[in-house]
Amino acid sequence: MKKRKPKLAVWKFASCDGCQLSLLDCEDELLDIVGAVEIAYFLEASRATVSGPYDISLVEGSITTPHDAERIHKIRKVSKYLITIGACATAGGIQALRNFKDVKEFISIVYANPSYIETLSKSTPISDHVFVDFELRGCPINKYQLIEVISAFLNNRKPNIPSYSVCVECKRNGNVCVMVSSGTPCLGPVVQAGCGAICPSYQRGCYGCFGPKETPNVFSLSEHFLKNGLSSADIVRVLRNFNSYAEPFRKGSEAYER
Amino acid sequence: MEKFKSYYLAPEELNKIFDYFKTRGYKIAGPTVKDNAIVYDEIESVNDLPLGWTDEQGPGSYRLKRRNDEALFGYVVGPHSWKKFLFPPILTLWEAKRENGKFKIYEQNYSEEKFVFVGVRACEISAILIQDKIFGGGQYVDPNYLRRRENAFIIAVNCNEPGNNCFCLSTGTGPKVLTGYDIVLTEVISESGHYLIAKPGSDLGEEILASLGFREATTQEIDEADKVSNEAVNKFRKEVDLSDVVEMLQSNYENPLWEKVSEKCLTCANCTMVCPTCFCHTVEDVTDLTGQSAKRVRKWDSCFTLEFSYIHGGSVRYSTASRYRQWMTHKLSTWKNQFGMIGCVGCGRCITWCPVGIDIVENVKLFKESELKLKTGESYGRGNT
Repeated sequence: MKKRKPKLAVWKFASCDGCQLSLLDCEDELLDIVGAVEIAYFLEASRATVSGPYDISLVEGSITTPHDAERIHKIRKVSKYLITIGACATAGGIQALRNFKDVKEFISIVYANPSYIETLSKSTPISDHVFVDFELRGCPINKYQLIEVISAFLNNRKPNIPSYSVCVECKRNGNVCVMVSSGTPCLGPVVQAGCGAICPSYQRGCYGCFGPKETPNVFSLSEHFLKNGLSSADIVRVLRNFNSYAEPFRKGSEAYER
Repeated sequence: MEKFKSYYLAPEELNKIFDYFKTRGYKIAGPTVKDNAIVYDEIESVNDLPLGWTDEQGPGSYRLKRRNDEALFGYVVGPHSWKKFLFPPILTLWEAKRENGKFKIYEQNYSEEKFVFVGVRACEISAILIQDKIFGGGQYVDPNYLRRRENAFIIAVNCNEPGNNCFCLSTGTGPKVLTGYDIVLTEVISESGHYLIAKPGSDLGEEILASLGFREATTQEIDEADKVSNEAVNKFRKEVDLSDVVEMLQSNYENPLWEKVSEKCLTCANCTMVCPTCFCHTVEDVTDLTGQSAKRVRKWDSCFTLEFSYIHGGSVRYSTASRYRQWMTHKLSTWKNQFGMIGCVGCGRCITWCPVGIDIVENVKLFKESELKLKTGESYGRGNT
């Protein structure tokens, strides 16, 4: 008897679509993916959909509206495994910058008819709303990590997704530390690996696309930045990026805002 | 009388040695300037060496600087160490494939790459000898490491001038190269010119120097070279007495000082990645999407990651202080119980390449002070016990 292929669904919330695009971007591996799973719901790829339940749901985007806050519960109900992908889904994304301000003020400035806008005061990660089986970080996610997570779930094993710093990848690559060798501020020591240390490989500091690493010492790094010429305002800006609402970065930026 | 003669080489004559090995299938790995640092990479000729460059180091700081001469080896050590060639950061150990309903294992071919290491410092030779013991000693050996090691020809160089973070004099591993080399060079830049004195340390080294037609060095040249390299010991700026460090750290596990010395620690693992003796690694088992093939990959790991001490239920070393303590006590103390020597060769890399400049030497001194205060009855926050 032929084994039924596991059904994969891809869902979108408040996001730029870049992370789902990583799935299509798999190119060389795409045929293997289609061979291993049935892509049952993936609107960016096809409007033909297969009804649930689904074995794996990949969820992109953050929760920003009352409607989405309800919709995510429905998705959780029809999903065996729910995996969030990208900084929006795992930390609230760039749109979580609103969390530090009054969203009503934004609406009044941006929209001609603010009364049409129904939005939540904060952009929040999926895990604030439903149980999440695995969080895959990145802005955008790394396609090889995505394939690794899907393979791991299909083979009932733990994904090899490290939570240590970007520095580990950077050093394995043989990169020269940009902070030590030229004083470039780099978030690498407090940011989770996964991107392959792209920016430091091109002699730029890490922007923190993959969010805080395990046990990050944001305070120590920030103090080091201060000593090397950054202002408190600079530190707030550095920490308020794609993962601004991830707790260690949020607490860090709030401390330097005062 | 010394077993081997010493030879005189003009700087560009190193190319003769490089060419000798290149025609025999070796790659030349040596220091070269790349991305604002002197790194170890494959080089072609003397021109790729960091001619006229030096490095200025401090805790958490490294700057490339111009020298006012054309020295080939006028710097100390950079972010890389030779372990990247002998113990590669990422290595596939084996692959397995499902074939005709069976699982077939494909062993990896051990690297047949042969390397000449150029410009290996005394501290680095000590580090290689330490890793030899780790990977090649005892009941379980790493065939991969041993193969690479057998295929390495070492051209060492004496340090004429230690850097700001160098403390090999304190660890007894430098600055002069005494063992573990095929050829050792001493670079001399003086009124009498710019030249290298090459002394063989192995029969192969001797054979090569003799066969390539270099002339024997004169007594005067040898004396001048000895003078330069012997003076290095007087130029150290970082020193610490490590004679009692093994016992001292092991009797201070509960000292609250650990919290203080690790306060800035980012647990980023940079110190362990740049350390030439750190050997910890993890193995990852990976399957592909179809479940038809699997492989086991070895990667450099670090005692600073949470996963490193993960046993069922969680990580044993959750706090930063516990991870820093593990690293420092292993390096300077329990390493001796394990391998018969301490795991530090005084190269200073962990100090330079720590993004926030945590200094292991200064921390040893703090523990010594704390011990002293205890002995003299002064309390140092250790409670009333």
